[in-house]
Amino acid sequence: MLSNLRYLVGGLYFGFILVKSEVVSWFRIQEMFRFQDFHMFGIIGSAIIVGIISIQIIKRMNIPDIEGNPISIPPKDSSQWKRYIIGGSMFGLGWALLGACPGPIFALLGTGLTIMIIPIVTATFGTWLYGAVRHKLPH
Amino acid sequence: MDFLTEPWPWYIAGPLIGLTVPGLLIMGGKKFGISSNFRHACAACFPGDVDFFHYDWKKEGTWNMIFLTGIVLGGFLAGYVWANPDPVAISAQTVADLQALGINSFEGLVPADLFSWASLGTFEGIMILALGGFLVGFGTRYGGGCTSGHAITGISDLQIASVVATISFFVGGLIMTHIILPLILS
Repeated sequence: MLSNLRYLVGGLYFGFILVKSEVVSWFRIQEMFRFQDFHMFGIIGSAIIVGIISIQIIKRMNIPDIEGNPISIPPKDSSQWKRYIIGGSMFGLGWALLGACPGPIFALLGTGLTIMIIPIVTATFGTWLYGAVRHKLPH
Repeated sequence: MDFLTEPWPWYIAGPLIGLTVPGLLIMGGKKFGISSNFRHACAACFPGDVDFFHYDWKKEGTWNMIFLTGIVLGGFLAGYVWANPDPVAISAQTVADLQALGINSFEGLVPADLFSWASLGTFEGIMILALGGFLVGFGTRYGGGCTSGHAITGISDLQIASVVATISFFVGGLIMTHIILPLILS
């Protein structure tokens, strides 16, 4: 249990930044999809640049995790295309409507917005329904 | 201690968010991705006879559900204890566009008239909170990830699938913002 404390701290760090950067704001998401400010693009873009550089460093220097295990990143299945286009677009519709992706949904709950319980319940149901019908969907 | 209450600029917040990726990898070889938690919740609570939910969720998901709990705590500290007293400084053009759609409250992080328990009795409230959540939950699992798993981690790992998914996120988001949302709010 104590070894899992690091993930609690990691989540706290991430949730804190999500709120301070206003990534959790429905207004910021609307502004982004209307291309009316650079803020969200700057955040996503600079996060990706830092991510690319750090993954390259980890891979090229074969940096292990703190327990000494080699780090491997399982690739997304690139033999499937339809799921990324259809599922990704569905998520995009929801992201713009709710103004929050999964991390921000929970960060907003923490800010005292108890109404976020509703999207948490319906998102869990959405995931369940996907699991139940996925054999019938194009991937 | 103004940095605790004031919003952070993109060039501070973006790189700090990016550091979550190597942070989780080095902490325990974990791949950053939040939406998997909805699957773990299904597997833990109501797997039914759906094969997609029969796996060792404790082994795969415990760390991530703890991470998620941390996000709630981080939100509490940043948005309740050290909440920014000022409205989100979105562009004047966005304010004007949203006012034209009937949004009137610009005080908090989200429009208060839509994100309240009372709004659940309205068509707009049900669509935004319930349908929005449903599309996020169904879409992320169908698409194999959300903003953290695809847009940040996947692209950081130079995965073409994640580039395709992220472009699709934006296609869906633009359709919602410019075509469907005005219909819902009208």
